[in-house]
Amino acid sequence: MSEVHAETVPFVRDTMLPSAAPPARQSGVVLWLRENLFSGPLNILLTLAGLAAVWGIVSHLWPWFAHAVWNASSIGECRQIIAERHGEGTTGACFAIIRERWNQFIFGFYPAEHYWRPTAVFGLMMFAVAPILFSESRRLRWTVLAVSAVTSFAACVALGAPDRVLLAVGAGFVALAALIEYAPRRALAFSVLYPFLAVWMLWGGSIWSPIAVLAGFALALVVWRLGARLGVGLLGLALGVAAAVWWWAALGPRVAADLQGLMPLALVPVESRSFGGFLLALTIGVSGIVMSLPLGIILALARQSNLPVVRTLAVMFIEFIRGVPLITLLFVASILLNYFLPPGTNFDIILRVIIMVTLFAAAYMAEVIRGGLAALPRGQYEGADSLGLTYWQAQRLIILPQALKISIPGIVGTFIGVFKDTTLVTFVGLFDPLKQMADTIRATFAWKGAYWEPYVFTGAIFFILCFAMSRYAMYLERRLKTDHR
Amino acid sequence: MAPAPGAGQPFRLSMLIHDRHYRALLIQALVFILVMSVASWLVNNTVQNLARMGKTFDFGFLTNRSGYDIPFSLIPYDSNSTHLRAAMVGLLNTLLVSALGCLFATILGVFAGVLRLSRNWLVARLMTVYVEIFRNVPLLLWILVILALFTEVMPAPRDYRVAEDGTAGAEMILFGGIAPTNRYTAVPAIVAEHDPGPVTVLGLQIDAMVVAFALALLAAWMIHLWLRAWAQERQDSTGRRPTTWWISVLLYLLPILGLMQLFGIHLVAPELRGFNFAGGMNLDNGFVVLLLALSLYTGAFIAEIVRAGILAVSRGQTEAAAALGLRPRPIMALVVLPQALRVIIPPLISQFLNLTKNSSLAIAVGYPDLRATLGGTTLNQTGREMESMILMMGIYLAISLIVSAVMNLYNSRVRLKER
Repeated sequence: MSEVHAETVPFVRDTMLPSAAPPARQSGVVLWLRENLFSGPLNILLTLAGLAAVWGIVSHLWPWFAHAVWNASSIGECRQIIAERHGEGTTGACFAIIRERWNQFIFGFYPAEHYWRPTAVFGLMMFAVAPILFSESRRLRWTVLAVSAVTSFAACVALGAPDRVLLAVGAGFVALAALIEYAPRRALAFSVLYPFLAVWMLWGGSIWSPIAVLAGFALALVVWRLGARLGVGLLGLALGVAAAVWWWAALGPRVAADLQGLMPLALVPVESRSFGGFLLALTIGVSGIVMSLPLGIILALARQSNLPVVRTLAVMFIEFIRGVPLITLLFVASILLNYFLPPGTNFDIILRVIIMVTLFAAAYMAEVIRGGLAALPRGQYEGADSLGLTYWQAQRLIILPQALKISIPGIVGTFIGVFKDTTLVTFVGLFDPLKQMADTIRATFAWKGAYWEPYVFTGAIFFILCFAMSRYAMYLERRLKTDHR
Repeated sequence: MAPAPGAGQPFRLSMLIHDRHYRALLIQALVFILVMSVASWLVNNTVQNLARMGKTFDFGFLTNRSGYDIPFSLIPYDSNSTHLRAAMVGLLNTLLVSALGCLFATILGVFAGVLRLSRNWLVARLMTVYVEIFRNVPLLLWILVILALFTEVMPAPRDYRVAEDGTAGAEMILFGGIAPTNRYTAVPAIVAEHDPGPVTVLGLQIDAMVVAFALALLAAWMIHLWLRAWAQERQDSTGRRPTTWWISVLLYLLPILGLMQLFGIHLVAPELRGFNFAGGMNLDNGFVVLLLALSLYTGAFIAEIVRAGILAVSRGQTEAAAALGLRPRPIMALVVLPQALRVIIPPLISQFLNLTKNSSLAIAVGYPDLRATLGGTTLNQTGREMESMILMMGIYLAISLIVSAVMNLYNSRVRLKER
């Protein structure tokens, strides 16, 4: 026996066999497909229905996109080219209408020699908002600024802006970039001045008018600060507002006219009626968005206030605006507003629309922010009180920062709503990109019957802008998240 | 009781600034005076302007003859009817498209919202695409696109004609029930063979069939309530709940079927006669386009609300219910749904209100809603901008406030009872 043992070579494994791959059905693509698409009869049915839907949509739309023509001067020529290339009876998109009428879709009837003005305004807007929106991430900020500065400068060049304008715009971009990099707090001053600059550049006219308006704000600020130093608080604010109103109504316009006489600095004025396309949508949308946020905050605070008169007035205003469609408010702006103002006043239609859109958005904004205010734990209010903070200090330092953070999704949702609603101005006769502008282009002989291409184009742009806004809200929420989870 | 702030001290002028109580009064008085002076300024301007244009402010024009036709009306109306009746027609049209839109949008939204949470990757992605595309593009664009789809792509009625070789230019959808054409959409009509005609209830002419159905459903509902109370009582006393669901179903179903038999109600499918469809109902395409666009657009928003509502119920709730020994269906009905609905209902109602307000975009498709009749043709024909606009905004406001009030009532009933 022992011999047998002695001759048996003991087997000691010194290396591991490589592990076998799992069965094909339990790994990789097959497993993923089984789990996510074919896990049961209902799921298989859903998958098949989904595939059928995708196939139905793609098979209908793909040829249309694939046969797209970008170079033609009329819809007839487009159809001819498609018929030549792909045979009689095939359909295809005629995106040549976008190429041919690009300027009208973007600028409306804005005078062609001044196209550089809105372009530069748009580029500068990025410099005005970047210190606020992208203050955290240096890389993101510089990407946004570089892209917008380069594109708007290139567009200015392509649109044939005069050399001295190009020089000024380029120098402005570089100076602002340096300001944002080295003195970010000073850059905020440009953000405050920007609206006045934008109004002046878009509508033209004497530079002294926007400066006079700005001076009114400055006057109010000075009076208020003086009042605060003397310890009269709210009375100072009231006096400041009164001083500003007096300045705007009585003295400001005359001073502006005198200064214009002394030192004429003016751009060629552009009529509001000639605004159109995405320029109009962006002008109304951005103004509405920027002004509705502070107004909404004030309305929300008023609605949460413990002063019954203030609260009642806020509730009445908010419920009234939220109860009627925006279209009726726009009609009020276009036909009824003249009744409410002193005989003989007739002010700009775009301004009227902007006011209505702002009021409309502010009411919705107020409700969103009220939700945020109500969601704050009671202890935050009590804590602020126990620190001895005044009402405004408590709101500014403790309540609003938290409440606004909670309501970011709702606020951005309202912004997106405002921007989409700018298309409704078509019904008061303004040239919005979606309907009125497209109808005008379709009314010409060359582009009669081009329905789908303008819709696809404007829809895509609206989608990109609105989707970007909602993504930005998500980024902001992540950035401001302070709880440790 | 603690003395009121400042009580016991003689009033001094500086208290208006430094005493909390008096300062609040001062601020409110100032705000009130400011708002009232602005309001009086506006009213004063309006009075001056009206006088300057030689116009008056009265609603007398509503009883005048309207003199225009409305192609789509739920109540009897012709050009000899009054402006008030035209406004009523418009209001009913607005309510019709809004109610149907809310119904379809809810169905669509619940489906899309649930499917977006589905484990099926493809379907979940498809629903995400649907929601994002419809939410991020203006409603007006969807209305215009669907309108163009109907006017440009849909076949003409005569294309449905079956040629001699058995082929047709177009096929009716839904088992030959619906035929969309480039002018109207032909759908089956509900026809009653033994129509008893209208009866007068409280001075209003109402169709007798409507009254009969309403009464039958009301009776069924009352019996249903009683039945539920009885079942609850049995459960409380014996611990066993009698099965009553089939009685409830029969309660509602039997009277409806009986009445349908009695009145001879049935559907008549549209049929091509000559160049047009007849027999069924030819729905104006403006209505169909508006309904489709509103439903699809609002459906996307409702899908997000439903998804958020379902996600808001934490998994612990389901697990705890299972640990208590509840079966999956009671878990859904008694634990998950009540909590999800509490999150879903308020924003859902606000979407319904949005849909109603958005129905004023009928202006883009020529559907005669409230804005088109009262705020459109009536306004233009009579030149009464002020009165028409005020009345129209008042009506929209009333709809919204009534729905909000009902919602608040419901909300306070289902709210978590916190102590």
